[in-house]
Amino acid sequence: MNTAVIVFPGSNCDRDIAVALEQATGRRPAMVWHTETELPQGVGAVAVPGGFSYGDYLRSGAVAARSPVMRAVADAADKGTPVLGVCNGFQVLTEAGLLPGALMRNAELNFVCRDVELEVANADTLFTSRYQAGERVVFPVAHHDGNYYADDDTLDRLEGEGRVAFRYVAPVNGSARHIAGILNERGNILGLMPHPERAVEPAHGRDHGRRLFEGLLEAVA
Amino acid sequence: MKLRIFVTLKPGVLDPQGRAIQHALGSLGFDGVNDVRAGKLIEMDVADGTDDAAVDRMCRQLLANTVIENYRVERA
Repeated sequence: MNTAVIVFPGSNCDRDIAVALEQATGRRPAMVWHTETELPQGVGAVAVPGGFSYGDYLRSGAVAARSPVMRAVADAADKGTPVLGVCNGFQVLTEAGLLPGALMRNAELNFVCRDVELEVANADTLFTSRYQAGERVVFPVAHHDGNYYADDDTLDRLEGEGRVAFRYVAPVNGSARHIAGILNERGNILGLMPHPERAVEPAHGRDHGRRLFEGLLEAVA
Repeated sequence: MKLRIFVTLKPGVLDPQGRAIQHALGSLGFDGVNDVRAGKLIEMDVADGTDDAAVDRMCRQLLANTVIENYRVERA
């Protein structure tokens, strides 16, 4: 499977997620600069990486969400291409309106950078098929704005439709209903604050994130 | 033409930043600060004749995230 990683000025996890994708697919992803208006032909999955796109100016992800390449990402998602947004990538996807809700400043105002335990809330998705429902995994988080907010109706709908993919086991950032990652209605866009790409090999301390990329490959191939 | 755009959190959306400011004011000995909400002020200079609808689109498409924020435009 060919994949693409979107790169904005200020992205800093683009290479990490490229390594994780290459490990799973055996092919080096195309790195796509934010000014591009099209994705390369034949891209089977798109990753929007973590970082501090545009210095988090205005709101985290706000400026990146309006960059030319995001129109191409939205078109690909419309056609069913899986899109994975991690950390700043999750913020970009909510700002672009591809995922509901918003990511606000952490409740305790501090930047949280540590390993956190997550529960796989739904293992029946394009991204989580290699996990068991209810399984606990550990991914690192590193964010200032990970406090997921949506109105109660939206939260009820997300939960009712199985669109919460990952939850924090213990509070991390004040996130509504401990939400760490959510899916769009169609199930082909996942946004999550924790970093699966930083846990894909033993040298990372653990490789719990690896199955996310392998599962995605299996789902698309 | 100068514009001032006030972007504020919607009522009901928790404001950790406002809460921290409130707490800090309390630490400085200012009693009776019942609530603090922090927002943004964006000052712009736009072409004369820019119509309200265009300014409204600027606010909705970029300047405010209407999931969590309200906005108000003031013409100087």
